[in-house]
Amino acid sequence: MILGIQTAAYVFASILFILSLGGLSSIESSKQGVLYGILGMLVAIAATVFGKDVEGHVYIIVAIVSASFIGIVLAQRVKMESMPQLVAILHSFVGLAAVLVGIGSYLDVGIEEITNTEKTIHLTEVFIGVFIGAITFTGSIVAWGKLEGKISSKSLIFKGRHFLNIFLVLVCIVLGVFFVISANDFGLNYLIVMTFIAGLIGYFLVMAIGGADMPVVVSMLNSYSGWAASSAGFMLGNDLLIITGALVGSSGAILSIIMCKAMNRSFFSVILGGFGTVSSTSKSPLIEGEITALKHEEVSQLLIEANTIVVVPGYGMAVAKAQYPIYEMVKELQKLGKTVRFAIHPVAGRLPGHMNVLLAEANVPYDIVMEMDEINDDMSSTDIVMVIGANDIVNPGAEDDPSSPIYGMPVIKAWKAEQVIIMKRSMSTGYAGVENPLFYKENAQMLYGDAKESVDKILGFIKSNQ
Amino acid sequence: MIVGIPSEILVNESRVAATPQTVKRLLKLGFEVVIQSKAGEKANFSDVQFENAGAKIVTDAIDVYNHSAIILKVNEPTLKELEMLQSGTVLLSFLRPAQNQELLQKLAEKNVSALAMDAIPRISRAQKVDVLSSMANIAGYRSVIEAAFYFGRFLNGQITAAGKVEPAKVLVIGAGVAGLAAIGAANSLGAIVRAFDTRKEVAEQIQSMGAQFLTVDINEDGATDSGYSKEMSEEFIAAEMALFKAQATEVDIIITTAQIPGREAPKLILASHVAVMKPGSVIVDLAASSGGNCDLTKDGEIFRTENGVTIIGKIDQLPAQASQLYGNNLCHMLEDMGKAENWNINMEDTIVSRAMVTHNGQVNWPPKPLPVSPTKPQVINTSQEDQKEIIKNKNKNNGLSMLIKLGCIGLLLLGLGQVAPAEFMQHFTVFVLAVFIGWQVIWNVAHSLHTPLMAVTNAISGIIVVGGLLQTKDSLNLSSILAFIAIFFACINIVGGFFVTQRMLKMFKK
Repeated sequence: MILGIQTAAYVFASILFILSLGGLSSIESSKQGVLYGILGMLVAIAATVFGKDVEGHVYIIVAIVSASFIGIVLAQRVKMESMPQLVAILHSFVGLAAVLVGIGSYLDVGIEEITNTEKTIHLTEVFIGVFIGAITFTGSIVAWGKLEGKISSKSLIFKGRHFLNIFLVLVCIVLGVFFVISANDFGLNYLIVMTFIAGLIGYFLVMAIGGADMPVVVSMLNSYSGWAASSAGFMLGNDLLIITGALVGSSGAILSIIMCKAMNRSFFSVILGGFGTVSSTSKSPLIEGEITALKHEEVSQLLIEANTIVVVPGYGMAVAKAQYPIYEMVKELQKLGKTVRFAIHPVAGRLPGHMNVLLAEANVPYDIVMEMDEINDDMSSTDIVMVIGANDIVNPGAEDDPSSPIYGMPVIKAWKAEQVIIMKRSMSTGYAGVENPLFYKENAQMLYGDAKESVDKILGFIKSNQ
Repeated sequence: MIVGIPSEILVNESRVAATPQTVKRLLKLGFEVVIQSKAGEKANFSDVQFENAGAKIVTDAIDVYNHSAIILKVNEPTLKELEMLQSGTVLLSFLRPAQNQELLQKLAEKNVSALAMDAIPRISRAQKVDVLSSMANIAGYRSVIEAAFYFGRFLNGQITAAGKVEPAKVLVIGAGVAGLAAIGAANSLGAIVRAFDTRKEVAEQIQSMGAQFLTVDINEDGATDSGYSKEMSEEFIAAEMALFKAQATEVDIIITTAQIPGREAPKLILASHVAVMKPGSVIVDLAASSGGNCDLTKDGEIFRTENGVTIIGKIDQLPAQASQLYGNNLCHMLEDMGKAENWNINMEDTIVSRAMVTHNGQVNWPPKPLPVSPTKPQVINTSQEDQKEIIKNKNKNNGLSMLIKLGCIGLLLLGLGQVAPAEFMQHFTVFVLAVFIGWQVIWNVAHSLHTPLMAVTNAISGIIVVGGLLQTKDSLNLSSILAFIAIFFACINIVGGFFVTQRMLKMFKK
């Protein structure tokens, strides 16, 4: 294929990728958006494979076919609750690929042919690409482990960890300098050592971040994987890689920013980790009041008497897979003529938009699923708020207790409703490790137990009541 | 417990303190109702209607007064009525306590507990018993009807075969309940409505009723804690007068509603203003009873000036409507005071304690001032101009810091351009533009689609496969094997990512 045609194909693919992301601005156009993405990817791969420098078509076909098979199986098997894990592990693949491509590119290019400055720049590009790729790789694996529960989701904090991280980065920079100026094959050793150190940095970085901040971490890693692809583009002189990487990189960055805003925390304080330790040292003011617990039958009675109901789901719903019975219950309540809506906090769950996906899985129509800002004003005219497996996102301390570590974070104002029913497994604190004064409020009542079982029981009572 | 309703004996009064409907409500509240024969005659309520509603009809006023524990009236009692009032009776009526000190004294002497319906504090909770609002509402509506009657033209604009009709221009001064009702009525008749008020906070209410808010160029707010407006500075009044004069030459109908409680109404439309008005114009002065907002107003009269301007100082009361609303207000009041069952004069209650002007033989007037909404002044402190100024400054600062930032970026790029080869700069250009495109596109992504977005970007970041593809060789060396692995993992990513996104999006449905 002539170079011009290949370039044209790349431009076309880039346009398709941009359209693909643009398509996600609304649910109606999103399906089309994905098709654009797939088409773009096909164009890109075809244009590359049939390009003039490419050899080894057999290997390529073997790799693509086997990988596609695995990818489809993975995607089909994954449960919606474990979406975050899947996304995290896929990020690690991109990181790994970036590392391999970087090292391969170092081995591959005839270094003698290019001038000195060009060589320096090329080596720098390789180095940076591998560096970002390695951080993404190990970071994503740790994130996956935490989400999957294989690694404790508590943040790993030790004294001098910032120090250690800075030291490691400095070491990488020094190695980078050696790598660039070493003319012979010895450079490869520097590169490999650096890869390990960068991997360590990724490990420490994510280990230090607590479970509640996972949405930020995942979107941050998403961003990194983009930058890794982009830097691979630089070292290969390939504009398509640069463009696509940059798109993904900025997408992840924006998601991280949105998540941080939703938690009222600065991006740096999240990625440097250490959340949750604050609360153990600072004493929150004594919470007054008593916790009252309800039985399932009483809850069903309350629901039957209410007119407007808002359901606030949290990670607990995902864990218990309660979205199906919840929607069953909502449908029953709607049959009784009640207005039922869902209120979604931006950081509910472990992934941006996690709750939306779970509710969509249970066929909840998206026009009764509201964002926090849309519904907060209606809270005072709501009869019952059902908080299902959520904690920090309905914590009134975020509004009125300056000593609370989550003070200032926008929350769903569940306490403004006539009555609040909180479904929880136990009295433990949420991921932020903060006591929730909501549970002690007069209009709040607890319903202990697994969210799915509880909702099933309530559903039974509601049905038998008719 | 018996509630009694005597006839109103003032000649010009056609209202009555109960209607058949409110009688039914009173019975529901547990009271018995006694009403004087023909009490509702002028408001078009017959004795038969009252009887059917469940009231007992008596012929003489004295029977009403003798049997009832609670008396409902519209106007303050005359001397004759005062004599008939029994000791210990509760009286609910308009009393104008500020002007009627002597009457209060006499009521106290007779040990009557008199609740002045016109002294109810204007707080949110008291809205359902706020008779001033319900009466003002009627007056505002009627003022427009009255003006339209005397105004020799259509109020709305029309284009007919017989020619074009200009819409009438109406100026409403004072946007209290009456003013707002007048704005609404005039607007719905098709007139062009303008409104003036010294309180800046009502601008929004005026606009919401469909009028244009007129204002003067002086920054002074007439809002007070009581919810009424205060008297303004001389400078302000001068500007106000100039505005009115300019408007007087233009508008066809002026409706004035400006009143300051317990004081003479401010003079807003001077003789010189009336002189410049077009012949055929109409002025309706709703403040006529407290002195009038117009110099020339005669209380209780309608007359034409020499230059053909009709000045209306008397407004029909719409007796049936007014009685109905007033009666409802009274029902709410009695309900608040515990109905018949738990009847109780609770002097701790803000509304009762302030409106109950005589109780236990004591005169309880004037009450302490009560702020309507203490937080309001803070909100309206910054005027629109101040806000504009603030925004301007902000923009200026933003502009400056933006300039500095751009300068820094420019210098950095210049430095980079010095050392980097042309090819790198080309790629760099592409990179920067792509970042910007990504930045613009992603902000539009719907919140609920963030997870699919991550899955899609994840799949797309598998584009790194291209890197691997470019490196595979036919011969199996280290670089080729690395490339093979890279392609393998990147492809899992691509296929898995797209597939799972589609799976997710399929689930979203309306």
